[in-house]
Amino acid sequence: MGTKTLYDKLWDSHLIHEDENGNGLLYIDRQLIHEVTSPQAFEGLRLSDRKPWRASANLAVADHNIPTENRDKGIADPVSALQVETLVNNCKAFHVPYIPMDDERQGIVHVVGPEQGATLPGMTIVCGDSHTATHGALGALAFGIGTSEVEHVMATQCLIQNKSKNMLVKVDGQLQKGVTAKDLVLCIIKKIGTAGGTGHTIEFAGEVVESLSVEERMTVCNMAIEAGARAGLIAVDEKTINYVKGRPFSPKGELWDKAIAYWKTLFSDADAKFDSIVSLDGNSIVPQITWGTSPEMGMDVGEAIPIAGKEEIENALEYMGLTNGGSLSDYKLDKIFIGSCTNSRIEDLRTAAEIVKGHKVADTIKIAMVVPGSGEVKNKAESEGLDKIFMEAGFEWREPGCSMCLAMNADRLESGERCASTSNRNFEGRQGQGGRTHLVSPIMAAAAAVNGHFVDVREILKAVV
Amino acid sequence: MEKFSNIRGIVAPIDRANVDTDAIIPKQFLKSIKRTGFGPNLFDEWRYLDIGEPGVSCDNRPLNNDFVLNQDRYQGSSILLTRNNFGCGSSREHAPWAIKDYGFRVLIAPSFADIFYNNCFKNGLLPIVLEESKIDDLFQSVHATPGFEMAIDLNNQKIQLSAGENISFNIDGYKKSCLMNGLDEIGQTMEKKEIIQSFERQHKKLSPWIFEDLVV
Repeated sequence: MGTKTLYDKLWDSHLIHEDENGNGLLYIDRQLIHEVTSPQAFEGLRLSDRKPWRASANLAVADHNIPTENRDKGIADPVSALQVETLVNNCKAFHVPYIPMDDERQGIVHVVGPEQGATLPGMTIVCGDSHTATHGALGALAFGIGTSEVEHVMATQCLIQNKSKNMLVKVDGQLQKGVTAKDLVLCIIKKIGTAGGTGHTIEFAGEVVESLSVEERMTVCNMAIEAGARAGLIAVDEKTINYVKGRPFSPKGELWDKAIAYWKTLFSDADAKFDSIVSLDGNSIVPQITWGTSPEMGMDVGEAIPIAGKEEIENALEYMGLTNGGSLSDYKLDKIFIGSCTNSRIEDLRTAAEIVKGHKVADTIKIAMVVPGSGEVKNKAESEGLDKIFMEAGFEWREPGCSMCLAMNADRLESGERCASTSNRNFEGRQGQGGRTHLVSPIMAAAAAVNGHFVDVREILKAVV
Repeated sequence: MEKFSNIRGIVAPIDRANVDTDAIIPKQFLKSIKRTGFGPNLFDEWRYLDIGEPGVSCDNRPLNNDFVLNQDRYQGSSILLTRNNFGCGSSREHAPWAIKDYGFRVLIAPSFADIFYNNCFKNGLLPIVLEESKIDDLFQSVHATPGFEMAIDLNNQKIQLSAGENISFNIDGYKKSCLMNGLDEIGQTMEKKEIIQSFERQHKKLSPWIFEDLVV
């Protein structure tokens, strides 16, 4: 054959059947489960008297609405508590592997999966969460699904899917110092728009993508959905294999040898055809900040706030309290959030800590918090002393979870509050009703915390050297 | 799933692109472990002037009278007309549950976000994609005529306007048949149990590491 994209290879190797309308029945290797989108799926199984097809192909962990402080006191909100308790009971009843809230492996499902080796290259992976695209960084076909589909996968280990189109986003050159994977993906979204990838699987490639660490690749794939694509993919290379090696659920011994032989075939063939190709010059990317209420409403650091024109822009500026224009650095920030499935891994915390070290969070910041992506990330950070750096600067050091990315727990913005956030969505009300979210990289958020407003983190890095 | 039958109804316009699932149903309502009861909180932050909380009745909450669904002329509407990329953002099926629970049965837009689009079909909601110029015309008609109605004929894939004009739309055959017959997709897939098992045996031979049990 020799003319397949990576997506084609993953699709073909999991396709059980295709009907006359082009609907494929796709075999699903792994399903990740959390408390928010699963209760109705388990209930559906119960009502139809069905059992999971392969219970141990699933891995469950509570992340969306669990508290990030005083966890020993349990969940204060009774509605949230019931949802987590429902997950615990459902996993027990249906024999689904579950990582408990007090387990050090607990964390955000998209951090835990790769960290534990539960998500592997070449797999098809689903989860009732749109940021499942994250796992594509390992060369897996991973995408978010709705609750009915969660039930469908539990019952049948399959999903009915239309094959999507292939899009290649190629980024050559080299990222400048102070420019991160987050800036890269925000730039891509700005370029193609939030619906630019609709109906496509995006493969990210090129010199810049190759040079990224696996964790950085996760940041990029995580936000594929913010460009409208259900799945983002990056070819397997030595870095991928080194990342997976030795993780608790990754294959061992003979199985490992067999697995890597297969994983090494997971790349797009040189002559593979893409339905569309988007190219970016990595050298020209600078730190990004979103100014509006959609991830595509982004700008280069230092760029002037857009002037209202189109109704959509006007509405966004109004909501964000930016109708006076000027520079974003003129506006004081109220809160800083470093966390989420986009940017809560150890490398994110290390780079942010480097900026914070020896400085204090500005007096005008009400809360600056770091929410590690998992218990393991938290432990590692503490063993490196990162917690102390953050706390000495005035940051709060929290327990792992989704936290203020979507404010389902107690961590949220009050109306009118402005936040530098390393999360993935700046929609109206996302971090709390009336809250104003600016999406940035961890180092941009750290620099903003210290200054009380946005600054160009490259200037700080220059001073460090 | 409930069968989709042909409907005739009032059209409500949400003249905004990129309406995201956080706007359709804010996160605090995602804590429910049920599939029903989301209707009163559909578009909660746009619809009410105060902050909505789960489990609290919406009967006496202050309404935002500027919001389309609060206007008299759109009361009882069952068709939602909107713009590009409707339903973007999270995969929460609570979004179509809320839309259905409110009383909508049909959504019409130039494009929908992928996950949301799929979720609609699992819940007896029909999302119709039309080209942008047709959508523009429909917005004009809806704005110009209070009580503007349409009839949706899924079998013939036609939208009938009061003036007698018809607009055709496309839909995937399998999705159409599931909607029209109210089919249980899981039941349908279970009929292919043997081919799934046979695939699984082959897959296990090729990639045995995938079948290692996760022991937590």
